[in-house]
Amino acid sequence: MTTIRVNGTAEPLEAASVADLLAARGIGPDTPAVAVALNGAVVRRAQWAETPLNPGDDLDIVRPFQGG
Amino acid sequence: MEIPMTTDDVLTIGARRFRSRLFLGTGGYPNQKAMLDSLAASGTEVATAAIRRISLDGYGESLIDVLGGRVTLLPNTAGCLTAKEAVLTAQLAREALGLDWVKLEVIGDRELLYPDSEELLKATAELVADGFTVLPYCTDDLVTCRKLADAGAAAVMPLGAPIGSGLGIRNPHAIEVICARSPVPVILDAGIGTASDAALAMELGCAAVLLNTAVSKARDPVRMAAAMRDAVAAGWNARQAGRIPRRFGAEASSPQLGLIGS
Repeated sequence: MTTIRVNGTAEPLEAASVADLLAARGIGPDTPAVAVALNGAVVRRAQWAETPLNPGDDLDIVRPFQGG
Repeated sequence: MEIPMTTDDVLTIGARRFRSRLFLGTGGYPNQKAMLDSLAASGTEVATAAIRRISLDGYGESLIDVLGGRVTLLPNTAGCLTAKEAVLTAQLAREALGLDWVKLEVIGDRELLYPDSEELLKATAELVADGFTVLPYCTDDLVTCRKLADAGAAAVMPLGAPIGSGLGIRNPHAIEVICARSPVPVILDAGIGTASDAALAMELGCAAVLLNTAVSKARDPVRMAAAMRDAVAAGWNARQAGRIPRRFGAEASSPQLGLIGS
């Protein structure tokens, strides 16, 4: 099954790259203060476009929130 | 009278220098205006932030946009239960914010939010090796604090009491001992309930105080933020001034000669 987990929730894998998946959520290369981890490792912003997504991948998209 | 600041009055954490010795959290305010006004009233230069998954329906207003560069953010690893989670969270924070410092939290007890010293040490060493300035939130234990400093922590942040409890500094002696012995600045983190707690932390020798709930959940957060600013400054000045020794009996402050009737 070609699914991917995004922020802990499984969904069909429809994006070819990290950049494609982010773009579908309104996050572009210039969106400030967003970071991404693929399978537990940070994907630098400069690598978003060239990092492919594969079935079974685990992607986390984070940003700062209010907190102590 | 305005006391002039000396170089001793500047707080140095790693390569960063601050005039304010109060770090303020950004969580739990009644609204955004109360948060921004509290930050301003506190005089803080450092505000903490959590790193969390974005909601999947899209990108909204970021904390960064809201703060608009008013303060330096100190990302935390709140909620992490292992060194591995905390290290990744710190690395994500660095990527998101371009900041190489972190308030390192590794929680060992979800109920009390008590630090897991073993995992904390491990994460500290890993992040220091990765180039981070690490400020670990830790227990008020002298040996743990020393080990964290030995592992390269830029400061240690012992708790006064559990996060959000407002119980104040439950073991002032432990904090005082840590302050006396620590090779790195000691920042009292967690447990502050009111202004006198913050002043006490500074009088015990802390270099700074980090608090959140005492301000954000106060009836009037902005006024409490101002109180905390004053308390930290008062405690710092008192510490620098040198308190008088405690004595068992009285020591008259008026002349003993020339009394009428003598």
